[in-house]
Amino acid sequence: MLAAVLLGFLFSLFLVFAGSYFKGKLAVLSSIIPISLFVYFLSFLPEISNGEVVYESYEWIPSFGVNLSFTLDGLALLFALMITGIGSLVFLYTSAYLKGHKYLDRFYGYLSLFMASMLGLVLSDNLMSLFIFWELTSISSFYLIGFNNDKADSRKSALVALGITGIGGLLLLGGAVLLGDVAGTYRISEMLSMRDSITDSSHYILILLLIFGAAFTKSAQFPFHFWLPGAMKAPTPVSTYLHSATMVKAGVYLLFRMTPVLNGGDIWHTILIVVGGITMLYSAIHIIFRTDLKGILAYSTISALGILVFLIGIGTQAALIAAAVFIVVHALYKASLFLITGIIDHETGTRDVTQLAGLRKVLLPVAIAGFIAALISGGVPPTLGFVGKDLIYESTLHFTNNAVLLTILAISTNVFLFYAGFVAGVKPFMGPLPKKFENIHLPSPLMWVPPLIMTLAGLVFGIFPGLIESAFAKPIAMTQAIAFEDFHLKLWHGFNTVLGLSAITLVLGTILYLKLTPSHALENSIAKFNFISPKILFLKLSEGFAVFSSYWTNFFQTGYLRHYISTIVAFLILLLGYLIFSDFSLESDFSTLAELTIYEISILLMLLAGVLYTVFTKSRLAAVAALGVVGLSFSLLFLFYSAPDLAMTQFSVDTLTVILFVLVLYKLPRYLNLSDRWLRIKHGVLSASFGVLITLLILRVLKEPKNTEITEFYAENAYKLAHGKNVVNVILVDFRGIDTMIEISVLIVAALGVFGLLKLRLKTKDKK
Amino acid sequence: MRTIILKSASSYLLPVLLLFSVFILLRGHYLPGGGFVGGLVAAIAFVLDAFSNGLDKAKKILKFHPGFLMPVGLSVAFLSGISPLVFADLPMMTGIWAENPIPVIGAIGSPLFFDIGVYLVVIGSSLTIIFTISESL
Repeated sequence: MLAAVLLGFLFSLFLVFAGSYFKGKLAVLSSIIPISLFVYFLSFLPEISNGEVVYESYEWIPSFGVNLSFTLDGLALLFALMITGIGSLVFLYTSAYLKGHKYLDRFYGYLSLFMASMLGLVLSDNLMSLFIFWELTSISSFYLIGFNNDKADSRKSALVALGITGIGGLLLLGGAVLLGDVAGTYRISEMLSMRDSITDSSHYILILLLIFGAAFTKSAQFPFHFWLPGAMKAPTPVSTYLHSATMVKAGVYLLFRMTPVLNGGDIWHTILIVVGGITMLYSAIHIIFRTDLKGILAYSTISALGILVFLIGIGTQAALIAAAVFIVVHALYKASLFLITGIIDHETGTRDVTQLAGLRKVLLPVAIAGFIAALISGGVPPTLGFVGKDLIYESTLHFTNNAVLLTILAISTNVFLFYAGFVAGVKPFMGPLPKKFENIHLPSPLMWVPPLIMTLAGLVFGIFPGLIESAFAKPIAMTQAIAFEDFHLKLWHGFNTVLGLSAITLVLGTILYLKLTPSHALENSIAKFNFISPKILFLKLSEGFAVFSSYWTNFFQTGYLRHYISTIVAFLILLLGYLIFSDFSLESDFSTLAELTIYEISILLMLLAGVLYTVFTKSRLAAVAALGVVGLSFSLLFLFYSAPDLAMTQFSVDTLTVILFVLVLYKLPRYLNLSDRWLRIKHGVLSASFGVLITLLILRVLKEPKNTEITEFYAENAYKLAHGKNVVNVILVDFRGIDTMIEISVLIVAALGVFGLLKLRLKTKDKK
Repeated sequence: MRTIILKSASSYLLPVLLLFSVFILLRGHYLPGGGFVGGLVAAIAFVLDAFSNGLDKAKKILKFHPGFLMPVGLSVAFLSGISPLVFADLPMMTGIWAENPIPVIGAIGSPLFFDIGVYLVVIGSSLTIIFTISESL
């Protein structure tokens, strides 16, 4: 399975080098990757339908419990087949859709990067690797949305999508860490048996909210839904693949995965039902105000995602099965509708519903696919959509709370979805063909066969629902760790309430479709309320944050070294002062200190003289020299206290510093008064109090019992283990060699920084 | 700042200081010294030369840009760090030593090379900083 996940990554890496071969006629060959993966996962089908689960694990960072462990169970298989299956069709479709595009290879690279990440996401058994793949899907989605990167609104949409899903990724990381902490493992399969201890833990609510946040942002739930319509700026294959069939379902997948771990009663159900319910109705109503085909499909996708969250919230076996079946239904019809929209856009150059008509005369196979897709979407028998819709009503009717309300909610959403499917799949093909579209002819079969395959699959699965039942529905129900009751998916249940509700939905949907024509007037009427839409609020919030952070930055980042140092010192004084005075008594035992010797007194006098001269002299060079005296006095002090290494280093560093100062100051104008009297007093007070605090701190340290363990260890082992007699040097190059390595790297970074800053400045000066 | 005294002194001082810096580097394992101080002394030697004879001459003596020493030094340090992994199947940064010390240089081992790496990096980065600053003035 690891190879299956890595294949996509390797292929995208391969395209970096060999991309130019895959731009032309060979582009279609890249679909071999998803097709072979699809076949590979298909081979697991018999095992999984028998209720078996395939595990595979590779060590990655075992010390943190982060491993590449993969699980293939019913849920993972459903998603894996969807990712690779729809992926295959999208790969094929793209080769014709973006034929001759300058960056086709790049597009395939992103696409297979995404496919691999998404596969990794659904197969991961480890929360940490799941998180990493989750982020990778967000990142590849960012590249794909912004694929037309010469357009400003593409870039902006990509950024908004990355922002929202990125926030979700952070929440997921938080949730995963907390959950791993509570459970003591990151493996989801091990968490299954710990549901009670997890739901009883004090972090439960927080975990729940974090995981929900991740799922809601990824799966475009209200109020985070707005990135999805924006993401439609991407080329149509991307909208098909990422933003309707697979990636946006990652949140739903996460909720599915977490149901057996986190489903702990009312709070789980309430939040999911409320958020899912609002999302599904809110965006379903939005559909009627759209005229752009992709806009319609985007909102109906959000609505479908809402239904899925809503069903998981209900959480009964019937509801979970309904959700599983609906995932298949939605993937089949929505991906087809998107591909069809792509064909229409590709051939006519417009996606405006109000202008499209009569295309069946020129694009017959596409029209057939569109018609079947609309039937599936509307839940008309004998398609799989009908089975799916029945299951939804079945689960809302038998829910213990507010069954009637939930059912009404579900029916009204479905009525709008029926409308959406017919507007997108049927309307463009009906009526008389406008003159301007007469010259259109059917595109390459690579484009119209994929939607036809998917819609026919929807039809076949509808007539033989047993296929779905044994392959996905039952294995998925088993992963949910609920009391499993045997069930059978059927097209025909006899005359009952559910059938009545289905009929109502169909009738209302048909009426809506016949009576309501999409128009720009409707679209404009909703635009008035844009100012309270979550999108605008979010953008305002991010603008406000940018303003705030620029104030904050300007306040602290003045660019003057003296300000930085004053800020740091003042902050330290506050912090240290608080710490020392909250627990301090000045009763240090001075008797333990050694007598002052004449050397120490003379060094001290030298130090003081140096400092005072530095501060009060009028000559800059003299100040530097005096500062050098201070440094040298210190190195003498080190020497007296038997630290010759330190003394040597201090001596050389001081020499270099003085040279540096002289180099710079020598060229400056003779005398410049940069600070007035008050500033000097302020700085004086600041440094004096810092000095006093440090002295107090040292006196305080003297009271602590001495710990000589470390000293003894090094003294004893320096020669034994490291063949060295100079303990300081042995520590530097051997015992703590990695520290030194990092330190010299920092030194290099600093040197490069100076080099870069000054050389760049020189260059701009040259330009002038 | 080109005085005759400094000029004539520095032409003798440069080789002596460089030799001294190597001496400090090598004695570090047993006595006070080591790569860091040694590197600083070497850097001072060049800076002193640049002071008295001009930056261009000092650069000519060096033949290459001092920044070049930084990656070289870092690689030497890194390679010496991983050499036990490669040669002796020991954890990273374990010291491995030649059995017999060589006259003048003393004991040879991976920590010595690590120290040489530090020495080179210190020369490289301090000279890069000082040369860049003095060029830009």
